[in-house]
Amino acid sequence: MSAPPLTLTVNGTPRAVVAPPETRLSAVLRDGLGLTGTKTGCDAGDCGACTVLLRGAPVCACLVPLAQAAGGAVLTVEGLAAMPLGAALQAAFLHHGAAQCGICTPGMLLAAMALLEATPRPDEAAAMEALGGVLCRCTGYRKILEAVCDAHRFLGTPPVPASGAVGARLPRIDGPAKLTGAALYGADAAPADALWLRPIRSPHAHARFRLGDCAPLLARHPGLHRVLTAADVPGRNGFGIYPDIKDQPVFCDGVVRYRGDCVAALVGERAAVEAVRAEELPLEWEVLPPLSDPEAALAAAPLHPRWPDNVLTTGRVVSGDATAALAGSAHLAEGAWQTGFVEHAYIEPEAGWAQRVGTRIEVFATTQAPYMDLEEVAGVLGIPHDAVRIIPSACGGGFGGKLDVSVQPMLAIAAWLLRRPVRAAWSRAESMASSTKRHPSRITARAGCDAAGRLTGFAFEGIFDTGAYASWGPTVAGRVPVHAMGPYRVPSVATRARAVFTHQPPSGAFRGFGVPQAAIAQEALWDQLADAVGLDRLEFRALNALRAGDTTATGQVLTQSVGLVACLDALRPRWQALRAEAAARNTRGGPRRHGVGIACMWYGIGNTGMSNPSTMRVTLGPEGLVFHNGAVDIGQGSTTVLLQIVAEALGLRTEDFTLVLGDTDLTADAGKTSASRQTFVSGRAAQEAGAALRQAILLRANAGEDAHLRLEGSRLFVDGRELALDGVLEGIGRFDPPTVPLDADGQGIPYATYGFAAQVAALSVDTELGTVRLERIVAAHDVGRAINPTLVEGQIHGGIAQGIGLALMEEYLPGRTENLHDYLIPTTGDVPEIECILVEDPEALGPYGAKGIGEPALVPTAPAIFSAIRDATGVTITQAPALPHRVLAAIAEASR
Amino acid sequence: MAAYRRPGTLAEALALLAAAPTEQGAPLLLAGGTDIYPARAAAAAWLRDAPRPVLDLSGIAGMGAIEDTGGHHRIGAGVTWAMLRDQPLPPWFTALRDAARQVGGMQVQARGTLLGNLCNASPAADGVPPLLALDAEVELASLRGTRRLPLGDFLLGYRRTALAPDEIATAVLVPKPEGSARSGFLKLGARAYLVISIVMVAGVVEAAAGRIIRARLAVGACSAVAQRLPTLEAALAGLPLADAAAMVETAHLATLSPIDDMRATAEYRRHATLVLLRRLLAGLAAPEALAA
Repeated sequence: MSAPPLTLTVNGTPRAVVAPPETRLSAVLRDGLGLTGTKTGCDAGDCGACTVLLRGAPVCACLVPLAQAAGGAVLTVEGLAAMPLGAALQAAFLHHGAAQCGICTPGMLLAAMALLEATPRPDEAAAMEALGGVLCRCTGYRKILEAVCDAHRFLGTPPVPASGAVGARLPRIDGPAKLTGAALYGADAAPADALWLRPIRSPHAHARFRLGDCAPLLARHPGLHRVLTAADVPGRNGFGIYPDIKDQPVFCDGVVRYRGDCVAALVGERAAVEAVRAEELPLEWEVLPPLSDPEAALAAAPLHPRWPDNVLTTGRVVSGDATAALAGSAHLAEGAWQTGFVEHAYIEPEAGWAQRVGTRIEVFATTQAPYMDLEEVAGVLGIPHDAVRIIPSACGGGFGGKLDVSVQPMLAIAAWLLRRPVRAAWSRAESMASSTKRHPSRITARAGCDAAGRLTGFAFEGIFDTGAYASWGPTVAGRVPVHAMGPYRVPSVATRARAVFTHQPPSGAFRGFGVPQAAIAQEALWDQLADAVGLDRLEFRALNALRAGDTTATGQVLTQSVGLVACLDALRPRWQALRAEAAARNTRGGPRRHGVGIACMWYGIGNTGMSNPSTMRVTLGPEGLVFHNGAVDIGQGSTTVLLQIVAEALGLRTEDFTLVLGDTDLTADAGKTSASRQTFVSGRAAQEAGAALRQAILLRANAGEDAHLRLEGSRLFVDGRELALDGVLEGIGRFDPPTVPLDADGQGIPYATYGFAAQVAALSVDTELGTVRLERIVAAHDVGRAINPTLVEGQIHGGIAQGIGLALMEEYLPGRTENLHDYLIPTTGDVPEIECILVEDPEALGPYGAKGIGEPALVPTAPAIFSAIRDATGVTITQAPALPHRVLAAIAEASR
Repeated sequence: MAAYRRPGTLAEALALLAAAPTEQGAPLLLAGGTDIYPARAAAAAWLRDAPRPVLDLSGIAGMGAIEDTGGHHRIGAGVTWAMLRDQPLPPWFTALRDAARQVGGMQVQARGTLLGNLCNASPAADGVPPLLALDAEVELASLRGTRRLPLGDFLLGYRRTALAPDEIATAVLVPKPEGSARSGFLKLGARAYLVISIVMVAGVVEAAAGRIIRARLAVGACSAVAQRLPTLEAALAGLPLADAAAMVETAHLATLSPIDDMRATAEYRRHATLVLLRRLLAGLAAPEALAA
C-alpha cells in the first residue's frame, strides 16, 4: 500500500491518488476523490451507471484498474456543466424530462457525450446504439433519446423560465441536482469515520445453522469490531409491513428460509470486513429440503407455526352466482397462466448510514417510506418512535422494492450498540438475492358472455408465491380479487387469491401489487370471447367497459371520473390504422407475422379499504415561504407535482418556495410512496395546505377570495399592498381517501378513486425463431388531470418499459440470475416508439381533478403484447416471460 | 510476485509469470478487465473473493495493433472490440466485426479485448465462432519460446484453454482466404443490447462464379466450446451459393450438445441454429438480405 501516488486528470484538474493499482476507477473517483456523481450499480459492467470518459472513450469505471487510468484524462458528470456541450446536454435532459430517479443519469450523460463529440446531431438509431450500454429502469429511454438527439438546440441558449402552474410542463425541481451529480443517494454520504457493515447471508434456501465462537475471527482481523447476530438485537428481532406481522428476522435465529436470508453482520473497518472469507466463518449448516412450489406448499409442513397451511392471506370477492352465470353463458373462455419472480432492478442498490445521537438514532438511507422505516427501526431497537429520525436519501429507483426496509434495521442496531456511525451498501448480487420480488402467480380463470358479447360471469383462482416472509403478501392477496375482472361490467364474479409461503425470496410490493399478473389472464379471456362472438377486440372491451353510474363487483357505485370509454374512443383510430397496416404487411408472406393487441386496466389509488392519510404543511414567515413535504420522490416526480399544486392553491409561484423534504424530524407523515397515491392523496393534502395558508393570509389582509399574492424575498404583497408578517403563518392540509373496508365476500368501497387506461401494442413475431419485435405502443390513460404532462408521460413510458420486461424477458431465478447480465431488463433498443394520449376525466376528490399514474402505466402492457402475439400467430401465451423458446413452443404446439 | 504488476515489455511479463509462485493459483492475466472484475464482484457478494496476484498486460508495448503480415492478419493481445468494430478490414472480417459490435455496450467494446474473450473461454464467447470459421490460430509466448495453436485446439472445454501457467496469449493469426470471401455473423438473444447469446452462428464462404469453393461455418453457445460443422461444410462444397441455405438439415448439427438454461431449452437452441444457419447462408448469397 506504500505505492507512490498515481496521477489522473479529472475534469481538467490533475489529481494524485494513493490506492492499490488494481482499485476500480469507480472506487477511486467516489471514495478517493469524493466525486460521488459517478454511480455504482453492479461492479460488473452490466448497468453502465458508472460510465465516464477515459481518454475520450466511454468506459465502465468499475472495470478499469486505477493503474490503467493513470496518466489519462477522465471526464465525470461533475465536469459537464463547465463544457458548452455538456451544459447543453444537461439542459436538454432537464427540458425533456430525461432524468427520473437520476441514478443512471450520469452514465447516460457521459455515454451521450461520447456520441455528441463525434456526431453533434445524431439520429435516434445512433443514440440508441450509443446508449445501449446504460440501463435505465425509470424512463423507458424515450425521453433520454429525445434529449440526446435534441441537445444541439440547447448550445449557448439560456434556459427559458418555465411556468409552474398546474398543467404546465415544469422541469423537475430535483432535476439539476441529478444532472450535475450533486444529488446524494444512499451510498453517497457518510462520515469519513463511519464503520462498514457487511451482512452474512445464507447461500441455502432452507437450512438450520449454528454460529460458533467469533472470537478467533475477530482476533484474526484486527479491524473487525463486531459480529452482530440475533442475540444482539436490542428490541424485537423482526420486521414486516403489517403491524401485527413482524415475521422477518433482522438476523435469523438458527433457521434460514430463503437464499439471501441474513444470518449475521460483520461491522468494522472497511478493509477488514471486506477481507473476511466465507470459509473463515464459524458457521455450521444443516441443509434442509426447500419448498419451492407454492401448490406443493399448501400441503406441506409450515414455514411459520402461525400459518399451519402456509397460506398467509386469502382475498376474495363474490357478487352474484358466477357458477350459474357461466353455465348460462352463450360463449365461454378459460385458461391457465403462470408468471415468475420479477426483480425490481432499481439501478441503485440498497445503501445508507446510521448514527446514534445521545438517546436517539438517525438513519440516512434510500427508501420509499420514511415513516414506516421509523417504526421498524424503533421496533428493532426497542425505543420510542420519537427517538428515531429517518432522513431519506435521493432514491435511485424503488418501484415498490424500497417500501420494505433493507439496510435500516441492521445499520441502526450497529450504530446503536457501537456508538459509531455505520454505513452499508449492498452489492448488486446481494441486492438481488435479499430484496423482495414481484409475486410469481399461477392463475386459472373462466369468463362468459351472452350472444351479443355482454359479459355474464367471471371466476378467478390465483395462487401467489409470497416467498419466505409476509412482506406485502396480504396486500397482493387483497388487491387482486378486486381487480381481477378488470374495468368491466361483470354481473357475477367469484375471485380468490391466496398468498402462499415457500422457501423463495420474499415477494413484496412491485408496481401493481399483483394486478399486472391478473390482467394477463383477464385480457386473454376477452380476446377469446370477442373472437367467439365475432366482435372486434376493442369493441368488445368498449361494450363491456365500466361507465360512470356502474356498480363494481365489490358493490361500489362509480359516480364519476370513469374515463375508460374515452380512452378506447381515443385509441380507436390508431387501433384501426395499425390493424390495417399489420394486415397489409402480412399479405407479403414470410416468417415474420405482424399483429396488434389491446388491453385495458383499472387501478384503485391508495390502500385497499384502509386509511392512508397524508399531511402537508406550508409556512410563511421570516424564513420565507417553506413547503414541508414528507412524500418521497423516487423519481416519479412528486416533489415537482406537489409543489405545482401547493403553489396553485396558495396563489404564489413555484420559485417562491423553499423545500423541506422527507426528513421525519422536519415533515409530517405523508404516507408511503406506493399504490400510485402521492399525486392523489398527498396532492390533495398539498392543495388543502396551500388553500389554508391562503385563507390565513386573506384573513389577515382582509382581502377577497380572488386577491393577488406576490412574494419578494420574504415580503408578501396582497393586491399590491405589503402585508406585515410578524410571526409565522401556516397552512396544514390532511387528506385520507374515504373507503369502506371489504367484508368476507369482498363487499365494500376499497378505493376512493380509480385510474383507467387502455393500451395498444403493434409488433411482429418471427415465427421461425419465436422472437418478438415491438413496433409501437399507443397508451391512453385517464389520469383525471395531468398536473405535469411531461412527468405523466415519463411514468407511462417507464411503466410500459417494465411491462415489456414482464412480458418478454424478465424472470428471476434464485441463485441463477443474481446479476444484470443473466437477469435481463429492457435496454434502449427494446422499447419502441410510444404515443401517449392523456385523457382527463376529473376526479372530484383529487387535487385539480388528478388521480394516480405510477402503476396504471404498467398494468396493460404485458396483456396488450400477448394480445398482439396472439393476433400475429394465433397462439395464446400462458407463461410470462414469453422468451423466444416459449413462443416457438407455443407456435409448434398450436400447429400440431 | 507482488499483488499487481504492470510490465512494459513482453519479456518482463514472461519473466514475472515464470517466477510467480503458483500455490495461490497462477497470476490472473488482466487486459480490459471486462471478465475479471465482474467475476470478482460475483464472488465477493458471497465472501468468496480469494485474492490472487494480477499481471496487467495492458502496458506491454506493441500489442494493440492489427497488422497485415502478407499471409495473415495478426491481431495483437491489446486489440479491443472497438478497434475491430471501427478499423477497415477485408470482407472476411465482417463476421468478427459484427460480433464486436454486439458485445456488451460501447463501454465494454472500448475495454474488452478479443484475446481476453478467447482466454476466458465461455461457451458463449462472441469472438470464437467468427475466428473458428476463419481457421484462426492463437500465438502463445513463454520464456520457453513461442508456439501457435489452432483456435479449436486452444479451447479445451468449458472455461478451459491450453494456455500453460507460464504462457501469455499474444496474438490471433487469421490466414487470408483464397480469392474472394464473404463472411457473416448472426447472434440471437432475448434483448437488443448487452445480451449474452442464446445461439450464434458465423460463416466464411469463398465462392467463384456463384459456386461455393469452401464454406466454413461455426456455431456458438450450443456446446461447451463453439464448433465448426465439417459435415455441412463438406456437403456445401461445389454447390451454387444460392442453393446453400436449403441444404442445411438437422443431421448437420449432430455434433452440437446444447443445454437447457435460463436463456433457452436445448431443443430450441438446436432448432434456432438451423434457422440461423439457413439465414446466414441465404444472406451470404445476397448480402443485402443479411443486413435487413
